[in-house]
Amino acid sequence: MANFLDKHREKVVMFNQQYRGKRKLKTTKIDVPENLFTRCPFCQDLILTEAVEANDYVCPYCGKYFQISGRKRLAMLVDPGSFIEYDKKLKTSNPLNFPGYEEKIHKVSLETGENEAFISGKATIDRMNVMIGVLDSHFLMGSMGSVVGEKVTRLIEASITERLPLVIVCASGGARMQEGIFSLMQMAKTAAALARHNDARLFYLSVITHPTTGGVSASFAMLGDIIVAEKDALIGFAGKRVIAQTIKEDLPDHFQTADFLLEKGMLDIVIERKELKQTIVKLLQFHRQEEDHDR
Amino acid sequence: MTGNHSAWEKVQLARHAQRPTAKLLIHTLAPDFLELKGDRCFANDDAIVGGIGTIDKITMTIIAEEKGTTLEEKIRNHFGMPHPEGYRKVMRLVRQAEKFSRPILFLIDTPGAYPGFEAESRGQAEAIASLLRLLFTIKTPIIAVVLSEGGSGGALAIGIADYILMLENATYSILSPEGFAAILYKDASLANKVADDMKLTADDLFAYGIIDEIIPEAAGGWHIDNYTPLSALQTKITEKARSLLQLDPKTLLENRQARYRRYGIYVEDKT
Repeated sequence: MANFLDKHREKVVMFNQQYRGKRKLKTTKIDVPENLFTRCPFCQDLILTEAVEANDYVCPYCGKYFQISGRKRLAMLVDPGSFIEYDKKLKTSNPLNFPGYEEKIHKVSLETGENEAFISGKATIDRMNVMIGVLDSHFLMGSMGSVVGEKVTRLIEASITERLPLVIVCASGGARMQEGIFSLMQMAKTAAALARHNDARLFYLSVITHPTTGGVSASFAMLGDIIVAEKDALIGFAGKRVIAQTIKEDLPDHFQTADFLLEKGMLDIVIERKELKQTIVKLLQFHRQEEDHDR
Repeated sequence: MTGNHSAWEKVQLARHAQRPTAKLLIHTLAPDFLELKGDRCFANDDAIVGGIGTIDKITMTIIAEEKGTTLEEKIRNHFGMPHPEGYRKVMRLVRQAEKFSRPILFLIDTPGAYPGFEAESRGQAEAIASLLRLLFTIKTPIIAVVLSEGGSGGALAIGIADYILMLENATYSILSPEGFAAILYKDASLANKVADDMKLTADDLFAYGIIDEIIPEAAGGWHIDNYTPLSALQTKITEKARSLLQLDPKTLLENRQARYRRYGIYVEDKT
């Protein structure tokens, strides 16, 4: 991997010099396919998109993690071609008749190509069957309204019915404001389903990624039998801005990071993105063995 | 319903400086109330008052968010905003209630769970999440009353119940109107404008089936006449506790599950 990137790094540097040089001259236009390069939002370096993908969407230069869509996250974790999507036909309505909400959903749907902020279904991970769901932070901050809450609940129920382990990858700003009290009630609904899941003695692995706050962290994200968080993820209940505004406390730099929560005893494991899949596989294997003993 | 207050006026009434707090209700309805403190892990959180008391011959575990009435008390109670140790005290007391088959009474009055460094350090999200899940397994009747302010997850955490009453001018919402306006419009001062759209009044929540019954207040609010809602509450709470105690624990839990399972409004395409 290192060699591969080193090789490309040279090309990128060369390209940068070439491209920037030509642009200043404004004489010839180079025919560069769109999306060939990606700019790192952290260090601003230009990177071959291919190299970003091959590196699990981690910047090869500065090591920071790109926020990725639900589909990309899913593709990183499940065996290729194994995913069967559930509840695709659930769509958002406007329960409170909140001004501008429908338009907003419509716009975000077009931008992301998704109906809602949660993608769920059945898949295999290293040939083990799982129920898996992924929150998409690109869709209204991965916020939880009626549809997300319903899909999460149905996934938990499918996991109970089929007696399969449950994996949920979280990335959410919390409950969705525009659906008001209905969003708040999704916290109760998902927690209720997890109480049944717990009674059924099934494994629930919660994977927390950047950012996970509010009503999602205060419901299913924090209820995993095992909670694994991705390095550098922001995790908390109240938003940093809210805390700063209402309390006027000085907050340490690493406040609400995965490492901060690990230190405080709130997480089992904090892990690099590139090690996430193998860790999930290992945890699924541990729990598969347990099930076999039962039979 | 009496009174024609706007949503924003109700927000003001629910927060009125002279509005009674849970303390008054507890001491009036359960004069023998004995407070039980502490989460057995870290501390006692005065934002949540818990204990045992008898309401009309029914011994109940009573758990309330208490904002405090004097300034000193308000500061000590963090204005009714619980820390994780408060929710962990609730977990201890509801398990105790279940062990001794006591019905549980929750009294909700909070702007929200405390947003601060200490609260986050001790796992505010984990405490609320675990309490939510626990309440779906507690095999004893739970009755909740939204007394004044029902703010966000901090209110919901003691809002899982088999029967939910709400005072006429109380509010119950995903977030305070200030927080809501700050998140959606980056301007907390628009709170009075968004209050109406938030659908946070007792009438709204009754129409949505989130609460079961509205308890009238005197014209002008609870602070004008302390006792108007209290006698109605005493009747309703004991009536409901008695009828819920008739259910076998399995049915009780199934009904509680079913109640929360149906919340949510969405469209499902048939094609």
